[in-house]
Amino acid sequence: MSSTHPRLTALDALHRALGATMTDFAGWDMPLRYGSERDEHNAVRTKAGLFDLSHMGEITVTGPQAAALLNFALVGNIASVGVGRARYTMICREDGGILDDLIVYRLEETEAASSEYLVVANASNAQVVLDALVERSAGFDAEVRDDRDAYALIAVQGPESPGILASLTDADLDGLKYYAGLPGTVAGVPALIARTGYTGEDGFELFVKPEHAVELWQALTKAGEGVGLVPCGLSCRDTLRLEAGMPLYGHELNTSLTPFDAGLGRVVKFEKEGDFVGREALTEAAARAETAPPRVLVGLIAEGRRVPRAGYAVVADGRVIGEVTSGAPSPTLGKPIAMAYVDAAHAAPGTSGVGVDIRGSHEPYEVVALPFYKRQK
Amino acid sequence: MSNPQQLRYSKEHEWLSGAEDGVSTVGITEHAANALGDVVFVQLPEVGDTVTAGETCGELESTKSVSDLYSPVSGEVTEVNEDVVNDPSLVNSAPFEGGWLFKVRIAEEPADLLSADEYTAFSAG
Repeated sequence: MSSTHPRLTALDALHRALGATMTDFAGWDMPLRYGSERDEHNAVRTKAGLFDLSHMGEITVTGPQAAALLNFALVGNIASVGVGRARYTMICREDGGILDDLIVYRLEETEAASSEYLVVANASNAQVVLDALVERSAGFDAEVRDDRDAYALIAVQGPESPGILASLTDADLDGLKYYAGLPGTVAGVPALIARTGYTGEDGFELFVKPEHAVELWQALTKAGEGVGLVPCGLSCRDTLRLEAGMPLYGHELNTSLTPFDAGLGRVVKFEKEGDFVGREALTEAAARAETAPPRVLVGLIAEGRRVPRAGYAVVADGRVIGEVTSGAPSPTLGKPIAMAYVDAAHAAPGTSGVGVDIRGSHEPYEVVALPFYKRQK
Repeated sequence: MSNPQQLRYSKEHEWLSGAEDGVSTVGITEHAANALGDVVFVQLPEVGDTVTAGETCGELESTKSVSDLYSPVSGEVTEVNEDVVNDPSLVNSAPFEGGWLFKVRIAEEPADLLSADEYTAFSAG
């Protein structure tokens, strides 16, 4: 983009009226927090939170060979995704490096489109993903459409979110499973209602036209008034996903890592029909992960109170054995936590003598399995 | 937000109270606390330490970042706020009162400390 001004979401004026602290995120001016990010975090864990996620990058893929194209372009088996379901997947380079992690929703069949998929990319990677999909679509009877400006995305997350949403829609939420989506009407607004999120809680993501975003946000705010719904910024979204052990592109995922390096080899479906971009390199990466495991993504919990940050060295016996990829004070655990890639020899939960170099001082850390937090169902 | 008139301010967003028996109290401003977000850890100098105006003497960690704490004056630390060590959220909830950080016997203070009005204009810019 040639413009140096950050892009504004359809909800920008609302955020400012709410007194949000804004931040530049991937070229978008987004709410970082409205008040205390810890209070926002705790609201999502115990009640509900409302997020503007309109920076996420939507790409629509349609046409008779839409599924075949996605099977070729992505590492997952998208052809096996049923109507109304969604899949967490990745797009890789020919050398196996991760370009982005994605959620692909298979939309309802319509007269206009017998086969339609909504690919949701990270804001920072949306252009890269779009370009790759367009390039990889050569020879397929499928259309790749940039729909970044066609949607606003509002998420309501937390244990109270089903009740809040149910008060505004006739859609069958009880029948809507995790990683599923259905078209419906919420507060009079047409929406794709998806049961997905990035918080470790039950919750919904609502894809709507930008011109409907304010109306929907206000209706959700009103519906959630009595049950503790609060507006939430990206700061708590980051600590929520960190506690839930969910990777963030640019931190746990990047082009120099394959899905196997990131401990997410399960998203690569070698058994699917046909070739796909990265198959050869990923086959080797899978074998390598078996025989000579690369660094392993682990959780670290601080014994002290100093907070590890991305890029800090993980140490043992005075040697660097890894690197922190994400770190924050965990509101739920009440202690600093981190995700880090460490040498396999130090990756087992309970490994002793592991620390993080926090600005020159080696602070003791406990190695744990991810996630740090799993909700009670 | 309003910055108390009776305090003076540094460009690193610390405030300094008027001296009583040569000892002043130091904290960070509400503007700084808001910019940091929820403070989760404070590392303060120790009683007896000598601090130097404009130099780091501790650190403040928030959800998103870690920031150095600068001393607005030079002198000897006479007391630190143990309450804020145990409950760093005081920095956010009461930056000019219960969230004070340390007390210092002033040996020398720089000439460029700001008045409340000057700091308000500085921090708005």
